[in-house]
Amino acid sequence: MTATMSPPQSQVSSLTTGKMHRAIPFAICAFSIAVGVVGVYSIGGFKWGWMAIVAAHLYLLLVTIASRVIEDRRQATDRAMRTVMTIAFTTVTIPLISVFWKVIAEGASRFDRKFFTGSMRITPEDMLAQMEGAAVGGALHAMAGTLIITAIAGIISVPLGLLTAIYLVEYGKGKLAGAVTRMVDVMTGIPSIVAGLFAYALFELFLGPGTRSGLSGGVALSLLMTPVVVRSSEEMLRLVPNELREASLALGVAKWRTILKVVLPTAIAGILTGITLAVARVIGETAPLLVTAGVAQDINLNPFSGRMTTLPVFSYYEYVQPGVPPETGIARAWGAALMLVMIVAVLFTAARIMSHVLKPKGLK
Amino acid sequence: MWSPVFFGEATLVSQPVAQEKIKKAPTSVPDRLFSSLSQASAATILLLLSGVAFFLTVVGWSGIFGDIEGMSGSDNFVEYVGPLVFGTVYAATLALLIATPLAFAVALFISHYAPRRLAQTLGYVVDLLAAIPSVVFGIWGITVVAPLLSKNVYPWANDNLSFIPFFSGTASTSGRTMLTAGMVLAMMILPIITAISREVFLQTPRLHEEASLALGATKWEMIRQAVIPYGRSGVISGAMLGLGRALGETMAVAIILSPSDGYFWSILTNQNSNTIASNIALKFPEAYGLDVNRLIATGLVLFLLSFGVNMLARRVANSGFSGAAG
Repeated sequence: MTATMSPPQSQVSSLTTGKMHRAIPFAICAFSIAVGVVGVYSIGGFKWGWMAIVAAHLYLLLVTIASRVIEDRRQATDRAMRTVMTIAFTTVTIPLISVFWKVIAEGASRFDRKFFTGSMRITPEDMLAQMEGAAVGGALHAMAGTLIITAIAGIISVPLGLLTAIYLVEYGKGKLAGAVTRMVDVMTGIPSIVAGLFAYALFELFLGPGTRSGLSGGVALSLLMTPVVVRSSEEMLRLVPNELREASLALGVAKWRTILKVVLPTAIAGILTGITLAVARVIGETAPLLVTAGVAQDINLNPFSGRMTTLPVFSYYEYVQPGVPPETGIARAWGAALMLVMIVAVLFTAARIMSHVLKPKGLK
Repeated sequence: MWSPVFFGEATLVSQPVAQEKIKKAPTSVPDRLFSSLSQASAATILLLLSGVAFFLTVVGWSGIFGDIEGMSGSDNFVEYVGPLVFGTVYAATLALLIATPLAFAVALFISHYAPRRLAQTLGYVVDLLAAIPSVVFGIWGITVVAPLLSKNVYPWANDNLSFIPFFSGTASTSGRTMLTAGMVLAMMILPIITAISREVFLQTPRLHEEASLALGATKWEMIRQAVIPYGRSGVISGAMLGLGRALGETMAVAIILSPSDGYFWSILTNQNSNTIASNIALKFPEAYGLDVNRLIATGLVLFLLSFGVNMLARRVANSGFSGAAG
């Protein structure tokens, strides 16, 4: 087979012949950047964006041509694709860095004592100070609202989601389990504003039109949080080796005790991680709370009556209705945005650490 | 960490653990209590979801068939919701067209080009991005992206490309256009598509890759022969889930887009069809009477729309995964 298949090859066969020298791409890269800088500068004013665009395209073109000349068509395609992937990746990173940069740069200016201790119930003296450009008003009411509403969502979602996951893994057979699995899939795709409208409609039917409360906000969020809890817990429970269950049952332990004392402790790291990520997902939700909990200027600790503001809603309203002069309101919006991003980042890191620390020794 | 699990794909991959049937196990009272408790929770999920459809229909009903006199504007429901559905689908499609190729490339870069240590960190960063609140993307979009594009790109595109209908009209100077909204939406769904694609790319059987490389394929040829055929359905279903997310995305569009009433194809002007979700967010806080019911009815339409897309995504994923696993 080898005798018939072997193509006619040149006698000088080595692994390195016909390969482009390693330094050439670097040289082309440096050249492209130089051309980019000079070209953009000479046409009209230096701009980073245009420079990068020119340099990237030039590099792509030159490296492909060089490879086509020195190597062959296949290598040229390979190099071109590698370059395209890298450029695409860099293109994506730029806006993402920009998001973080902007949020930190703009938000840090309002990370003062007032922001964490005051609400938006602004006194006339503060109003005058705001006219002169002083930073007034705080987000304490929004922080309290976020805590309360997220806690309500968690209180509903965690037991519901966890028990459903236990049902699906430990008991579920037949029609109900299949239907639940499919419905959880559907629930993950519910647009967040629809969840808000559902909670609004529910409370309107029972409590009359125009009802706004922290509780309905919590119900809306729980609709978004439950499927995430179910999915992640289910996945973690399925990872628990069947031998553990069998060993426990064989020792005569009742099934419910087996689940509570053997299965759950084994999977607890993953389950807690999943719950933390679920919280991170709903804590930044704006739209469902806009229609259910509304917006308030003052601290409201009672979830059963009255409007309640959360950080995302606060950020949104301070941006679209910043007051006079607009700068102070917009600064508050960025402050709340920075706080949200920090909360999400902390939750993510906590989830990461938790999944490492709490993992049972056998699974490490 | 935002593995496919969180996007509801887990059931496609994981197989149920075989349960040993113990016929005559003694069941005590707490045992039965616990099992019925968990069963009740599962049933609650079904109840909750049918509750969503039920309550939206009940409250939305009078918004669809109710007296138009009681609502702002003189359109009947179909005339009212038509431009909104158009705007929703248009913005989401735009976002998908921008995000999918980029997400594909980024996922491939992370899974096959980046150094392994770096790849893990990058995966983490991508997951984190999926969790950044949409309101943050919204105010970032209006303060950074919109001015940047309206200064540097829109006038140029308007001058040189206006023979294409999409780029015609008077270019917006505020940048609050459909294209800006689509781009920011693309940034938001990119992590989702990337996370799912990366997950599937990483699952490519190592032997397929090595076999391809051993036959002398370059890296790109190996990717074309082994990775892409294996991961295609994953990318498609990821894109569909991203589309579902983009359809329901509210705050970013509400903040960025400058909405008008009607159907608009042009993506560079201040006149844009609004999306369903953004329209609700903008009008709901001040709405009263039958307008509220009408907005809830549009919410029902959105629910059905994203429901359809998600079903389609799952069908694609199901057909694809079974083929790839064989």
